[in-house]
Amino acid sequence: MKRTGKLAPYIFAVLLLSLIALPFIWQVLTSLMSPGEIASGRSWPKTIYFKNYLEVFSGRYSFLRYIANSFIISGTTALLSIAIGCLAAYALARMRLRHKNIFLLAILSAAMLPQIAAISPLFLLLRRAGLLNTYWGLIIPYTGFNLPLAVWMLYNFFRQLPPEMEEAAALDGAGFMETIRYVLLPLAAPGVFTAAILVFIFCWNEFLLALTLNTRESMRTVTVGIAMFPGLHEVPWGAIFAAATVITLPLVILVLVLQKRIVSGLMAGAIKS
Amino acid sequence: MPYLLLFPALAVMSLVLLVPLGYCFYLSLFRYSLGTGLRDFVGLSNYISLLGDQRFMASVFRTLLFVSVTLTLEIAVGFGLAVMMHSLVRGRGMLRAVVMIPWAVPTVIAAMIWGWMFNDRLGLANRLLGMAGLIPAPLVWLADPALTWTVIVMAEVWKTAPFAALIILAGLQMIPIELYQAAEVDGAGAFQKFRLITLPLLWPTILLALLFRTIDALRVFDLIMVMTGGGPAGSTEVLSLYNYKTLFSHLDFGYGSALSMALFLLVMSFSLLYVRLMARRAV
Repeated sequence: MKRTGKLAPYIFAVLLLSLIALPFIWQVLTSLMSPGEIASGRSWPKTIYFKNYLEVFSGRYSFLRYIANSFIISGTTALLSIAIGCLAAYALARMRLRHKNIFLLAILSAAMLPQIAAISPLFLLLRRAGLLNTYWGLIIPYTGFNLPLAVWMLYNFFRQLPPEMEEAAALDGAGFMETIRYVLLPLAAPGVFTAAILVFIFCWNEFLLALTLNTRESMRTVTVGIAMFPGLHEVPWGAIFAAATVITLPLVILVLVLQKRIVSGLMAGAIKS
Repeated sequence: MPYLLLFPALAVMSLVLLVPLGYCFYLSLFRYSLGTGLRDFVGLSNYISLLGDQRFMASVFRTLLFVSVTLTLEIAVGFGLAVMMHSLVRGRGMLRAVVMIPWAVPTVIAAMIWGWMFNDRLGLANRLLGMAGLIPAPLVWLADPALTWTVIVMAEVWKTAPFAALIILAGLQMIPIELYQAAEVDGAGAFQKFRLITLPLLWPTILLALLFRTIDALRVFDLIMVMTGGGPAGSTEVLSLYNYKTLFSHLDFGYGSALSMALFLLVMSFSLLYVRLMARRAV
């Protein structure tokens, strides 16, 4: 009796976990079935059918291109947001600043601005600048939309670091940029890295701006590419979920490995004041 | 010096957020078709049209309904998950990692997986329900408004409840165990401990998570756009979808911008509440 009392929560936990993971598992299973198997209504592949993956990367679909686009756009945005964000976060965390609370409140409010409220003007402005269907046409808006979160998280990380090291560096005659580069950044590296990963994930998963600003086929990102995947006639479910698995798996691995850091980073943005 | 460091961030944020917001309001004062390029100043008449627009009113109603239903479920499910995870002695770390999977899956892909699971001919849901003898014939889920909403809500809760659980779990872990021990000494039962210790101490965490998620849920777009495109027969058209279609299908940038401002005001009213709560906690 006592034993079941101890085991029950674990059995329950395993059941719940499977339920949470089920959609993702079924996605992977579908990606490994041949079109015939899928049409026959099987739930799991009898033989592993790898052709879906080959098809996704062959000439018929330009999935490699979408992945490259997403990678360039998300990577550049992450680097830019962190570089710009570090400067602002440092000023907020370490320097004497009048109206600091007003800046913080402004950044918080900016994080809540719905993208769609900026989309008609952004479309017109970027069109005039000739930046529609370019990498910069997405990188600039993405940086703007991710900066509030980046600054907020970095501000929280910097504040938690002891200021003594920087003071010592200043006494030794280190300049301002040197102090940031050689003292603060190495100390804050885990936090900075987490913030960069989060910005990267948000850009990788973004849909609305990518859908409206980069409409040309060759400039699509992964999310738009996959949403446009279903053809007019037969839906290639196997190929769709092969592509979905390829673009989701790196994120899932990142999250499994960095889970603790990601959660605490996100919570610094959501909860901590 | 500090202003110099803040300048790049403020400049980019103004360029991408503030300027477009002002420009959006300006655009909303025009009748402006991107198709014909005709542009007439009409003052506030777009906003007056909004009030008499049945489609707008229905989309706002759907948005608010979606937010209240998904958030209620999300907090309930999240709370259950958190309490369960909290009660486990071992394996909590692994559990936390698995729970993060739905969060990491792009919403677009979540929409496709759930659409596929509820596919009428080949989906897993009809097969399982049929095997259990719960439905006599396969349901055509995405052709019926009520069933479609059920699938949308399930997908949203699947995607967001696990993260809510992690936030609540963090809150649970901050409650000192001594409080429970003291309560036990005083003869409190499980329900009393929950009502008098857990709930009051957890309430601020839940409230903030709730408001934060409200703001997110009001902007719902990816999930519904990819799964149904607003169908069947417009029954899942939320405000952001109506807004998107007005802008990029009808190319009506005047009225579309007025719709954007309406969504902005809706989100901002909730945000103000959030910021005020944050400020009160910070003091």
